[in-house]
Amino acid sequence: MDKIPILRMGAFLLVTIQVDLYDRLALNLEADLVQMVNKTNAKGVLIDISAVSIVDSFMGRIIGNIASMSKILDAETVVVGMQPAVAITLIELGLPLKGVHTALDMEKGMNLLKSMIEETEEDADEDQTNDDFITE
Amino acid sequence: MTLSLSKDTIQILKEQDVVFLKNRVKETAVKIKMGLVNQTRLLTACSELVRNMMRYADGGVCIIEVVSAGRNNGVRLTFSDKGPGIPDIAAAMRDGFSTGKSLGLGLPGTRRLVNEFDIKSKVGEGTVVTIVKWANG
Repeated sequence: MDKIPILRMGAFLLVTIQVDLYDRLALNLEADLVQMVNKTNAKGVLIDISAVSIVDSFMGRIIGNIASMSKILDAETVVVGMQPAVAITLIELGLPLKGVHTALDMEKGMNLLKSMIEETEEDADEDQTNDDFITE
Repeated sequence: MTLSLSKDTIQILKEQDVVFLKNRVKETAVKIKMGLVNQTRLLTACSELVRNMMRYADGGVCIIEVVSAGRNNGVRLTFSDKGPGIPDIAAAMRDGFSTGKSLGLGLPGTRRLVNEFDIKSKVGEGTVVTIVKWANG
């Protein structure tokens, strides 16, 4: 049975999809990834689809699902490296992938994830200081 | 007038057949020098239709043809199954309509991706979907 490897790098999980996805593989990836987010306490998920030449409505839905599921588990998802032809097809198909963050390449995606996580940490810090102020 | 230049019939019964079919469709598209974006559109459409066939009819047959009309070459795919058929085609062609647990984009989305789209269905007998994508169109 094929499996797509999920690599851990600090607070992030990296997934590079090197084969054309078929349905079972995509469903397995969805389950594995959500499990890994939970197990490793990851703050971000980076999915590289630069080698994927077709994303149809099913795959699009899986990508959207991964993003929403991770979000509930407090992790952000960024999809990077989408081929232009795939972007054209997705929109014509009627699947704008709302709620999924995207970046052009791995590096930009990593920066986007870092900035998103810093933001949420800053918010948490602010709450902390406000609380301190009130107790004083 | 549209002429059929070559014909290839592929049985679709299990998931591995789908991978094989997609490879054959891609080969055919490359052979007639279809551009990359149109290849992607055709393959995505093929992927949607073959999934419908697997999900609702437990498989079927796909015919891959190279067609020619004047100077234009294209690929015609015919998907036929002996499944339950579609009672209301007009509803099935609407965005967001699904009897399964999907997004309901398969049929209407496919129609937007290809140049010609035809669907015939009889309840209890099966469904035949034919699509054509021209190399430049």
